[in-house]
Amino acid sequence: MAQTIRQASGGPEGPIRERKKPLPYPLSLYQTAVGKKYVMALTGVGLLGFVVVHMIGNLHVYEGPAKMAEYAETLRTLGGGLVPRETVLWILRAGLIAMFGLHIHSAYTLKEMSRLSSPSAGFVAGNKKYAGGQEFIAANFASRTMRWTGPIIALYLVFHLADLTWGWVNPDFHHGDPHNNVIESLSNPGIAAIYVVANVALAIHIYHGAWSMFQSLGINNPKINQGRRHLAMGLAGLILVGNLSFPLLTATGVINDDDRECPPGDLVCLEEELLEKEGGHSE
Amino acid sequence: MSNTLNLTLKVWRQDGPNGAGRFESYEANGIADDASFLEMLDVVNERLIEDGQEPITFESDCREGICGTCGIMINGKAHGPQKGTATCQLHMRKFSDGDNITIEPWRAESFPILKDLAVDRSALDHIIEAGGYITVNTGGAPDANLIPVPKEAADMAFDAAACIGCGACVAACPNSAAQLFTSAKLQHMNLLPQGQPERWDRAENMVETMEMFFGSCTNHGECHEACPKEISLDFIAFLNRDYVKAKIKNRKLLGQN
Repeated sequence: MAQTIRQASGGPEGPIRERKKPLPYPLSLYQTAVGKKYVMALTGVGLLGFVVVHMIGNLHVYEGPAKMAEYAETLRTLGGGLVPRETVLWILRAGLIAMFGLHIHSAYTLKEMSRLSSPSAGFVAGNKKYAGGQEFIAANFASRTMRWTGPIIALYLVFHLADLTWGWVNPDFHHGDPHNNVIESLSNPGIAAIYVVANVALAIHIYHGAWSMFQSLGINNPKINQGRRHLAMGLAGLILVGNLSFPLLTATGVINDDDRECPPGDLVCLEEELLEKEGGHSE
Repeated sequence: MSNTLNLTLKVWRQDGPNGAGRFESYEANGIADDASFLEMLDVVNERLIEDGQEPITFESDCREGICGTCGIMINGKAHGPQKGTATCQLHMRKFSDGDNITIEPWRAESFPILKDLAVDRSALDHIIEAGGYITVNTGGAPDANLIPVPKEAADMAFDAAACIGCGACVAACPNSAAQLFTSAKLQHMNLLPQGQPERWDRAENMVETMEMFFGSCTNHGECHEACPKEISLDFIAFLNRDYVKAKIKNRKLLGQN
């Protein structure tokens, strides 16, 4: 193995950071980069699960205002009569917030660690720069832009909540009538463009993340190694197609308000419409 | 009969660890295409010395691809364009007449430049010091095959042990992470029966020492492409697995190490 003899003329310094005094397990894991990558991967699995379920749930928009409102109401009444309304939903939301927080915190601290280990690394990307340029062979667009797609998704998330959960940026927002809110929002080409850009970023993020998490978790077996890449491609493709269908099909008028019978936000009317339709099916 | 090449080199020159560093251009004319890359640099250096100039400092030792001493960025790629080849085994026939070649040292915060293309890689030695060994009583050489080793484990350990510690993985990594080096050095012990007694201490100490010097792995895979011994990324997954297992195992009880 190569060895470099230290020179008397100003030589290298010691380590660039100290080994941390370990906290009690399992907090000690989170003090190290490998442990942080575990946390990033595990929260990534959880967030990916949320993204997939969210996308599938949103397909209710194709069934019209009444079904969409029923889906939203179902989420709020998860757990049935066993627990107060929205309890389960808030437990799930708390889990999501925690996972987002840990995912972002681990990503930021690891990025900083890499930046401080690399000469002339940029603040956001954290990747080092060779004065003569570096030619990448294996690193793909997705892996090199994780530190860009991540913040894009985080910013989009805030906008998305303000648009369709809180309704702050949606002038025709009616609580409990998501079908109306989605169409009011996405029929604006500027806002639809934000959704398109953010979901492309999300798919790119998933393309690297869903593969990388296997390595970070140490799940490596010749039997599945080929499948890991295929799974990542499949998930990224699924999210891309599913989530882009909403803004694009609204823009082209496939998702529309033409068949709407109830005025926006009239939840009682939506409920009656649903009962009528279901009654119709059973006859 | 070999052809000769006329090349233009753009070489990183730096007077010492604290120097500013700059690119300088040199004409390398009449280079035989069966020369190795380092022999080409030797020729350039001889001409520089004849002209009374300071020769380009670079490291080399065995020049047969097994010592890990040589290693430079050639046109933005660690060890140059040929896959699975150390700089000393790269031949000038891989280049064409009239090429411009940019030569830079490894870059990482823990690889300080000593001079020109030579960097200090002793950070890698500290990782080895932290656990890249087994502790056994020396004495008479044990009989061959005294300790049975499964064939698969022996093969994998051998693949890991092929690492020559040149530092190309760190140089190629956008994060300056040393995961590939550390995982190879860790697994070549951890896969074998002889490495088991110290397995969990080794995993913990080598990884935590590595993190004192280097960045965090983001699974780009650049290290594997740069590696002259083509060490597999699979070892990085094993490192992650062994490290977390080492943390989970309750080793406070005596004898449970």
